[in-house]
Amino acid sequence: MADAPKPDEKIIGSRASRWSRLYRWLDSRTGIGSLLHEALDEPIPGGARWAYVFGSVLLFLFISQTVTGIFLSLYYAPTADHAHTTVAYIIKEVTGGSFLRSLHAYGSSAVVIVVLLHLSQTFLYGAYKGRREILWISGCALLGLMLAMAFTGYLLPWDQKAFFATTVGTNMASEIPWVGSLLKRFMRGGNEMGTLTLSRFFVAHVFLLPAAILGLVAAHVYLFRKAGAAGPPSEDPVNPRLPTQRFYPRQVVMDTIVALVMILVLGALAHFAPTELGPKANPADTQYVPRPEWYYLPFFQWLKYFKGPWAVVGIVIVPTITAALVIALPFIDRRLERRPWHRPVAVGIFLAIWFTLVTFGLLSKREDRLDPAIAKQVAKQRQETEQFMHEPFEPEAAISTLAAANVALADPLASAGKKVYEGESCDAYHGKNGTGTNAGPKLAGATAQKPAEELSNLLRHPTAKMIEGEMKPVDVSDEDLKALVAYIKSLK
Amino acid sequence: MPGENVAEDDSLTRRSFLGVLLGFGTVVVGAALSVPLIRFALHPLLTTTTEIGWSDVGKIDEFASLSAPMKKLITVEQRDGWRKIVSEKAIYVLPMKDGALRVLSPICPHLGCSIPWIEAKQQFICPCHTAVFALDGARISGPAPRAMDDLESKIDNGMLKVRYQYFRQLISKKEVLA
Repeated sequence: MADAPKPDEKIIGSRASRWSRLYRWLDSRTGIGSLLHEALDEPIPGGARWAYVFGSVLLFLFISQTVTGIFLSLYYAPTADHAHTTVAYIIKEVTGGSFLRSLHAYGSSAVVIVVLLHLSQTFLYGAYKGRREILWISGCALLGLMLAMAFTGYLLPWDQKAFFATTVGTNMASEIPWVGSLLKRFMRGGNEMGTLTLSRFFVAHVFLLPAAILGLVAAHVYLFRKAGAAGPPSEDPVNPRLPTQRFYPRQVVMDTIVALVMILVLGALAHFAPTELGPKANPADTQYVPRPEWYYLPFFQWLKYFKGPWAVVGIVIVPTITAALVIALPFIDRRLERRPWHRPVAVGIFLAIWFTLVTFGLLSKREDRLDPAIAKQVAKQRQETEQFMHEPFEPEAAISTLAAANVALADPLASAGKKVYEGESCDAYHGKNGTGTNAGPKLAGATAQKPAEELSNLLRHPTAKMIEGEMKPVDVSDEDLKALVAYIKSLK
Repeated sequence: MPGENVAEDDSLTRRSFLGVLLGFGTVVVGAALSVPLIRFALHPLLTTTTEIGWSDVGKIDEFASLSAPMKKLITVEQRDGWRKIVSEKAIYVLPMKDGALRVLSPICPHLGCSIPWIEAKQQFICPCHTAVFALDGARISGPAPRAMDDLESKIDNGMLKVRYQYFRQLISKKEVLA
């Protein structure tokens, strides 16, 4: 190391030479010094601000969702038969299960909120301007993936709410011209919602989407660093002029404080108002009124205005145009002016969109309240959920070895033969259900497939080899022998 | 020049102090957050989900006049996480003695073979290594380290019930396998 020691090394050196030596040992092998420098010494024009915390908080929430998600999958089974039972098991029996599931569920809402704040901050500060088009587009892609995570995760508990909300959600896809019907069947794994739908949503939710998010987050952070922090709205987005402050420590401290508040809020919500689970999905229920999660409510309300042949406009055309406009924003708005008060049109449109979203969301709530039939049904659903939450956990009866063994014994003769088999203690040698033991060979399989005559003969007159293995001639009535043979033949 | 150095050192000390504080805070918060995670993952070990309930053997009248051990098949219900599994097990009901019924496990305490009752010899004789037990399960000869194992039983409304359990093999003291 011919260079002058870096500042970090100097402090550590002045503290304790032992740590300094360890650090240098590690640094020369891993390059951790330059890595930390790269991560922490990012210059921020105009210095740290609370407005910049959202990106880091999202990263923190992504980690939290990943960790809680991995732990939840310890007890979850993604099939239509078991999904609801396993989620009920998690929240009613597993230690801390309700808390963890609630953290995950509230965490998903928190992600949506913070993503919207992140987006709003970027928009209002004009932080997408000045060679940041690809950075903006990667952010849009992440927003889409995040909404897809929310959509796929919502089905996994397989309760009434999940089932019917996803039925509606997948039905919407069929409005897409030409490929809609195929897309819907692809998502569902068939025409109907079923166990294949659940598998597909599970794979998307835990493998595909998280992998895509991980990759895009890396790209997003890299592109952000490449472009540099944009700083306050008064700053030139291409050639910043304001004095800079490093990311560490001030901005790091601010980010950490907000992340801590986030933990506290999510933890308090999960503890005091745990997420509920409704009764198991019942596809035959025709009364159920499905309602999406709060962040989809504006879209839900919006769709009410497009009836019959106009549905395609509401479901496909307008959302596609909107998404295209949002993605193309940095190409459309090419001025370098960032100050919101100098961008009345852009900020006006932005506020109008927010106003519409909030209004639609509130409208949907209001309409549900004012329609007596719906209000009654929603109240009933609420009550059914409460009731299910109060019931103790009911384990699922497994198709047991006993049931499986008894299926073969539908034949009364074989059933009588089983009694002979056990009465003569054949099971001590050949095992329960003829599965074999250390003392005697297996009967199920090859032996059971021998013709009946050969079997009765062998039972009465064992071969020399069998006698050597301590098989004794079976001394029972002819009738019992016939039953015994029937039983042995039933062992597959 | 020396003055500048001091200023730099000052801010560096603050930086490193904050670093220690943040590192410490992260460790403390991380440890606090991992507590519910660890408890969640350890749930099956912390609770006795393997506890076995009582299985019906039969009406006591059925066993009132036994002169030899009677083999019965019982169904045992067990919890397997979120599932309930039912399996079939064999047990022996011994002839009533002083008005009490005893239930034996047929599993040999030697190496775990199923022991048949040999009517002709009036003995339990294990087919694997010929451990021999008396009508009451007491050890007579052979490699078994102890008598046949009693199963916990009770009479409830005229019904004999038993709690099926497995016991550790090859030791002279009866010990339940958890």
